[in-house]
Amino acid sequence: MREATTKDHASLAGAFIKDEKRVDWHDGALWYIREKRDIAAKQIPEWEHLREAASMIKSNVISNLHEYLLQFESNLKKNGVTVHWADSAEEHNQIVYSILKAKEINQMVKSKSMLTEECHLNEYLEERGIEVINSDLGEYIQQIDNEPPSHIVLPCIHKRKEEIGELFHEHLGTEKGLSDPTLLTRVARKHLRNIFLTRRAALTGVNFAVAETGEYVVCTNEGNADMGAHLSEVQIASMGLEKVIPQKKHLGVFLRLLARSATGQPITIYSSHYKKPRKGQEMHLILVDAGRTRQLGRKDFRDSLKCIKCGSCMNTCPVYRKSGGLSYHNTISGPIGAILAPNLDMKRHEDLPFASTLCGSCSNVCPVKINIHDQLYKWRQVIVKEGYATKTKTLGMKTMAWTFSSPEKFKKTGRAGRWFLKYFPFLINNKLNPWYKQRDMPEGPSESFGEWFVKNENKKS
Amino acid sequence: MTTREKILASVLANQPAATPLPDISMFKNGSDALVEKYMQVFKTIGGLSHVVTDIAAIKQLITENFDTSKRIATTLAEFGDSFELISDAVDPHSYSDLELAIIRAHFSVAENGAVWLSDELMGQRIIPYICQHLAVIVDAETIVPTLHEAYEKIGAGNYGFGGFIGGPSKTADIEQALVLGAHGPLSMTVFILK
Repeated sequence: MREATTKDHASLAGAFIKDEKRVDWHDGALWYIREKRDIAAKQIPEWEHLREAASMIKSNVISNLHEYLLQFESNLKKNGVTVHWADSAEEHNQIVYSILKAKEINQMVKSKSMLTEECHLNEYLEERGIEVINSDLGEYIQQIDNEPPSHIVLPCIHKRKEEIGELFHEHLGTEKGLSDPTLLTRVARKHLRNIFLTRRAALTGVNFAVAETGEYVVCTNEGNADMGAHLSEVQIASMGLEKVIPQKKHLGVFLRLLARSATGQPITIYSSHYKKPRKGQEMHLILVDAGRTRQLGRKDFRDSLKCIKCGSCMNTCPVYRKSGGLSYHNTISGPIGAILAPNLDMKRHEDLPFASTLCGSCSNVCPVKINIHDQLYKWRQVIVKEGYATKTKTLGMKTMAWTFSSPEKFKKTGRAGRWFLKYFPFLINNKLNPWYKQRDMPEGPSESFGEWFVKNENKKS
Repeated sequence: MTTREKILASVLANQPAATPLPDISMFKNGSDALVEKYMQVFKTIGGLSHVVTDIAAIKQLITENFDTSKRIATTLAEFGDSFELISDAVDPHSYSDLELAIIRAHFSVAENGAVWLSDELMGQRIIPYICQHLAVIVDAETIVPTLHEAYEKIGAGNYGFGGFIGGPSKTADIEQALVLGAHGPLSMTVFILK
């Protein structure tokens, strides 16, 4: 799969914003979803109490994870589900491969799972002669375009319908120029129905796993998870350790919050509770660590594991809306992606915590009240301290630290700055200053607040 | 050390001090007019609902609104004289040409329009997903206000599979344009038996 490994968020975003019309449209499309979330949330008088309860349940999960995992595992086994543990993405992929290999299966249908995207499962299986088809429409579109999803809920939100029409023309033989969403969806429905009917194995992600009963819940709007699972001989579910919740009644809290936060719907069309295999069917569940226990040990960042993957932080984020999900070069993009990614690979993702204005809108909409913007700020400090920040950033910060280290230096540099902006603005407003990119420097004020204050204090006395 | 032991040891070493679970018993919405509320919400999510007084009325509405020359199957003995009964003994793939499925739900939820049904009511797990159109019968007095009451009602649940279904399948993946009928049913009708 195509992935931008060498470019950072700023340069990828730079490429995205060149098409101003597309940026405006993308910005508007996501803001529209944010507004739908607000309307849905306001219809629930106890909304804020629900968020608080959800946050507390997830805090409890994080603090008792060991016990809940053992309980969940034991109940899964009682229900007849085979449990696997994977320490890494590689081990996860090996497990999936061995399950399929044992049944001599070489084709699998998959519903949405960000975890398997993170593990690059499709590529791994394809290298070993197993074909995987993503059945969520948005993910299917991204797959035929050889691109990762740009949003966890709306995988191809950055694409125009004409581009999708072109992809369908190339891959599904639709008429050239066809771009009507309903007609394109009908074509995909027909094509994928045949996939569901012919695949012996189906893999799904997991939204919530109930320790108390050993069942897991998968939420979709399209019905693709159920079409795959109920027609399969082998059903596989992959989940990160953090997806476990204590009791079944807690689903009431999470399912009330999830779809309303994600798209403004009162609930996803399908909330499927998988407990036991069908007669003649095998069910496997893979519990994946892949860095999660490391994040659990990071005091300032462990709360990122509370995420229920609704995507509301992306829809509200001014940087995400204007830079597009692919500019984050990580499976999970947006604000939540930017606090999860540095744990996975700090060097590769050092740029992401800086791709934010720290406005805090993400934390305000998060259904489980993750302090996302605080964590972004804290990651910046860790990244600089551990020496992963780029040279320009480090230099800028060192200069700032020097400037702020004494009132005298601050006053002098401030005066010098104002003088330069007034008489030599071109020295600052030029391409050599990275801050000037996409920004106009303001006109320098004639005096600083300090100078004004002294003058006015003197006037009074 | 197996991977399992390694992961569990790492979880234990890294998890913070225990914090308590919240009390969620106050999330209750005792409300009347549940039928009206349910119907209004269900409409907004693209569903159709009818209040009916008996099975004969449902039969009448089905013959008026669906193509009865196509395959229609049901789990309900009351419809056995008119439609095929769903068998749990056949290959689920054999229902791929199912036009309409008529099944019962345990109850429905007013706040979100969803019905709850477990596999014993589906006949086969695939039925409510593979049919082109889905018709579900719910008793009016079973409607609950919110998901909290719903989970209270479900309890531990002695099922292999259960699901909330809230409307026809849908997608908005192409430019946020809402399309009903993604992979599951193109339409969903709920008959509220009063």
